[in-house]
Amino acid sequence: MCGIAGIANGANENQISQKTLEEMISILKHRGPDECGIYKDNHAGLGHARLSIIDIKTGAQPMSNEDKSVWITFNGEIFNYPELREDLIKKGHTFKSKSDTEVVIHLYEEHGVECLQYLIGQYAFAIWDKYKKEMFLARDRLGIRPLYFTNFSGSLYFASEIKAIFTACDISREIDPKALNQIFTFWHPVSPRTAFTNIYELPPGNYLTYKNNEITIKQYWDLHYQNDMMDCSFAEASEILQEKLLESLKLQLRADVQIGYYLSGGLDSASVVALSQKLGSSNIKTFSVAFEDDEYDESSYQKILVDTLGTEHKEIRCSYEDISANFPEVIWHTEKPILRTAPAPLFLLSKLVRENNIKVVMSGDGADEVLGGYDIFKETKILEFWGKRPDSKCRPLLLKKLYPFLPAYQSQSKEYREAFFKKALDGSSDRFVSHRARWDMISKVKLLFSERIKSVINGESPEMDLSNMTPREFSNWKPINRAQYLELKYLLPEYILSSQGDRVAMAHAVECRFPFLDHRVVEFCARIPLHYKIKGLNEKYILKRLMKEYLPKKIIKRAKKPYLAPDSRSFFSNNKVPEYIYESLSEKNIKKYDYFKYKSVSHLVNKCMNKGVVGFKDNMAMVGILSTQILHKHFCDEFPRSGNVINNINVMR
Amino acid sequence: MEQKENTRDKIYNFIIENYLFGDTDTELKDDESLLAKGIVDSTGILELVLYVEKTFNIKVKDEDMIPDNLDSINQIVRYINDSPHR
Repeated sequence: MCGIAGIANGANENQISQKTLEEMISILKHRGPDECGIYKDNHAGLGHARLSIIDIKTGAQPMSNEDKSVWITFNGEIFNYPELREDLIKKGHTFKSKSDTEVVIHLYEEHGVECLQYLIGQYAFAIWDKYKKEMFLARDRLGIRPLYFTNFSGSLYFASEIKAIFTACDISREIDPKALNQIFTFWHPVSPRTAFTNIYELPPGNYLTYKNNEITIKQYWDLHYQNDMMDCSFAEASEILQEKLLESLKLQLRADVQIGYYLSGGLDSASVVALSQKLGSSNIKTFSVAFEDDEYDESSYQKILVDTLGTEHKEIRCSYEDISANFPEVIWHTEKPILRTAPAPLFLLSKLVRENNIKVVMSGDGADEVLGGYDIFKETKILEFWGKRPDSKCRPLLLKKLYPFLPAYQSQSKEYREAFFKKALDGSSDRFVSHRARWDMISKVKLLFSERIKSVINGESPEMDLSNMTPREFSNWKPINRAQYLELKYLLPEYILSSQGDRVAMAHAVECRFPFLDHRVVEFCARIPLHYKIKGLNEKYILKRLMKEYLPKKIIKRAKKPYLAPDSRSFFSNNKVPEYIYESLSEKNIKKYDYFKYKSVSHLVNKCMNKGVVGFKDNMAMVGILSTQILHKHFCDEFPRSGNVINNINVMR
Repeated sequence: MEQKENTRDKIYNFIIENYLFGDTDTELKDDESLLAKGIVDSTGILELVLYVEKTFNIKVKDEDMIPDNLDSINQIVRYINDSPHR
């Protein structure tokens, strides 16, 4: 796991600057503190900050093939590299290291861009083909590892994080109002759009080629649902799922360093630990977030698991102050506005992991998307069921079963609940029906936008990009399959794996691995009958059945509780509100940055400070405003253009 | 009559301030459904009930917490005025 960066000249005749490459890699040093390297020739340059996990001695990068005509800078892991290596050796390739990175070079020599079909893993990399004068960038299927790029002044610039691109060129640093329109609807920009104008993300499952100053992007993987599911019994499906999960884990346990485990207190992360033990892992170290605020704390469940699984356990006990004190640094890493504070505790957790000398952690993330764990899937299922008999008195009673972890939802009357969801019944022809209520609610926060932002996004639907990106047959899928697709292809990579995953873990040079996101597991789960995943309203049923023999009943039986952290409470519940909050939300800065209406912001701040009833929308608005203001300050206002260059950067020749 | 005006304004202002971040540009008619307009979401109703109870010194019974009583400014005002607990 590492940080990568690079430049390729297309229409630009200037020499690639070594200093620029050094600056790009220096600002990514947090991702790879073990060693740094660059390579450059007359047309291209690559940079690499390394976190050494596999082949610690000889895996330095950028790395080349035998005749130095193909160079690579690689971030991530190819879990099936030993098998691929063996095949390539049989085909006559010679290896000078034992790293997974070198496997990608030879696989590229053998298959060109088709090499991606053979890879199982989480990766983002760039290959410079000197003879073809072509730069080839690729990103893993599910979007676990990040990759950003821009075409500026006749050159391609790319990096694991946007800050490295801003360091390298004079491109304007502006937050894109259209991205704000999307973030304040979906919680994330729709890839390839990012929070910044003219900076793009390579979408998951896509590759990019750059030649003669022309960028071509192609998709090499997508997820497909079919309305006719696989014909297999529950017992068969369980057996195959177990095999696939164990195979995924077996590959992901490959590392030359010790692996740690995140333990949330829920089923998914516990399953990863238990299945690893089944594969023979012992002396397991687990790490958890606990909260001082009881509403969010899950430490009682974490304790049950630690006692049952017998792990060596460490936790951080997160207070409101911890979240507010670290929030600005978290935004430096997320590089986009966020509407929830949940990334902050995970930022602190990765710090704890690193302090315990662990570089790699296993996470249960992805299971809810793959196996139907979230309440939004149950909500879709109930609405479909109710929609078949809209006059039924009994069917809408099921709505009460949703969101048991939200006291405000639970305490409203049956009539209100039904009236609210009745709207969705009327919109059953809507292709995004499953997410309509959620998006409508989030969108209300846009009332706070300034006139400047409103005038730019006026009449533009945030859904336009999304509609263009979904597969042609999307509208023919069942609503629940569409819901799963939206969660897996968008919210997962753009928010969960990014702001709560890669960014906050790599801030402390910790690599997360996701056994549920092996693409073979994901593809299999997309094909099994829905009622194996959600039986009635029992979520992740097939996984619960599978894990029954390994995990305590209390964990199997507990209702799904998504990971949440205290939002506006974190900023205003203390006696001492940090100075940066006043500064970010001051009349001067709100008006200067001009994203939000000051009158509305001050109104909201008063409401939060007076500790009145602060609802969902208020919380999202508060965190969204604060993070946008901080993002602007970090990247548009006070960006350190001539950053420090670190020492000891190896120059590869 | 004066009392009714007063109640209506209080409710109107509460809705603007509490659900619309003080945004008076949003057109809100007295007989418009707050649910249909997306102003009150599935959990927002509690904020309204707490406000009504505190400001008008009435107790909103669980069975009264239905859209027929509370889904527009007119309905809320009528509910408050008809409330025997005042």
